[in-house]
Amino acid sequence: MRGEVAAVPRGWVVAFYGSTIGKKIVMAATGVILVGFVTGHALGNLLVFSGPAALNRYGELLKSSVVILWIVRVTLLAAVVLHAHSALSLTRLAQQARPSRYAKHATQASTFSSRTLRVGGVVLLAFIIFHLLHLTTGTVHPAFSPTDVYGNVLVAFSIPAVTVFYLVAMLALGLHLHHGIWSAFQTLGLNHPHLERFRRALATVMAVGVSLGFSLIVLAIAFQLVG
Amino acid sequence: MKLRLKIWRQQGPHAAGEFVSYETADVSPDMSFLEMLDVLNETLQLRGDVPIAFDHDCREGICGSCAMMIDGVPHGPQKSTTVCQLHMRHYRDGATIVIEPWRAKAFPVIRDLVVDRGALDRIIQAGGYISVATGNAPEANGIPIGKDMVDRAMDAAQCIGCGACVAACPNASAMLFTAAKATHLGLLPQGQPERSHRAVNMVRQMDLETFGGCTNFGECSEACPKDIGLEVIARLNADFLQATLKEREGA
Ligand code: HEM
Ligand code: FES
Repeated sequence: MRGEVAAVPRGWVVAFYGSTIGKKIVMAATGVILVGFVTGHALGNLLVFSGPAALNRYGELLKSSVVILWIVRVTLLAAVVLHAHSALSLTRLAQQARPSRYAKHATQASTFSSRTLRVGGVVLLAFIIFHLLHLTTGTVHPAFSPTDVYGNVLVAFSIPAVTVFYLVAMLALGLHLHHGIWSAFQTLGLNHPHLERFRRALATVMAVGVSLGFSLIVLAIAFQLVG
Repeated sequence: MKLRLKIWRQQGPHAAGEFVSYETADVSPDMSFLEMLDVLNETLQLRGDVPIAFDHDCREGICGSCAMMIDGVPHGPQKSTTVCQLHMRHYRDGATIVIEPWRAKAFPVIRDLVVDRGALDRIIQAGGYISVATGNAPEANGIPIGKDMVDRAMDAAQCIGCGACVAACPNASAMLFTAAKATHLGLLPQGQPERSHRAVNMVRQMDLETFGGCTNFGECSEACPKDIGLEVIARLNADFLQATLKEREGA
């Protein structure tokens, strides 16, 4: 009957994630987890400027509890998988929603960062896989040592192609965060006129800060200002 | 004024469409955009050609019937304006104008510039209403409502359902429309009892109609002839999340 809600023949998780808004909320929530991680990761890595002892001690500290290490790793992996799956699924839905293109379509309001989010996401996914094989497992690293983090990064960025790929990925990360952090507020229902200026500023500062922080490390090593 | 118009012509829902160029010589700057098309259609009819089909009704910017993409922008270049309220004085003599229908899977073309926007009506049917007991009309001022809430509800209620938000969205998403409708009821006391179910049901219908999801590009709000803000989308997101977390059924 009109005005009454038909019983939903599915569990609430399936119904929630089956909707475009549910997927978007999952994307925002996992995005927030990943933002927290990259911020901490960038800050920690800046220890490279304090020399080998400081960075290697930090590396040991992170691995001091196997249990905590694996809880964090599994959480991050789940976040990346859910984030990428919802992104892929929403991208596909969006493509299907406009089968015929406009002959002329002017962009009026959207930011460059919002329009490059999907392409940047693919770059980030490729980067995450490479980065894990490179500096976590050492699979694609020419001279990997499980205990010498400092030595590993010095060798890593002495190879120009690797340096360039990292820099491109950090540019993608900056753009991703510039729209992503602003957008996540909206997706999680936090849009109040009082918040608007704050969240734009927060997104910009964090995007520039994180992206520049990582890039400085890579550049400093590549140009042998460190080590 | 002389104009070159490139207009999408499509004989029916399943026909392949194409752009056809027209030259118009007798356009006055005082004409509205639709009057300019009326004059072109008269010329076409006199020549024995089929006139261009386009939607229109009130021609005063309040019904939301008129709908077309003009040079890549829904409702044309003037902000906060429907096509019927756009005037030719905004164009230079000799300009070329590209006119095409809203393009979305959920808005199939019926003919030329006319698309079927029934999907928006079905979203309303799914939850964009309040249930009231019939009988005597209640006292109009019986329920006190704060002025700020009234203003915000009225801002959202300005939506005329034209579909420009869907047309402008790179994802062809109907979030701004759906959120405006959910918000103008959800901000008022009368809208509270059904608020959670409204969010869930309207969103479910929106998805069923094959609109895309929202990426918060912001193109919708910029294209909206009634300046509906992105804030309504955040409200719908919050209502949907709340409904999922707190409702025992339906969500
Ligand atoms: C695995 C690689 C990644 C892919 C494929 C990816 C892809 C995407 C896409 C396509 C969107 C927007 C989708 C839409 O709205 O239609 C998005 C949003 C977002 N991403 Fe990512 N991303 C990745 C990694 C990351 C990382 C590492 C972070 C954080 C450091 C991040 C943070 C965010 C945030 C905060 C949002 C905004 C969610 C929202 O709009 O509410 N993403 N991502
Ligand atoms: S014809 Fe009614 S809004 Fe344009």
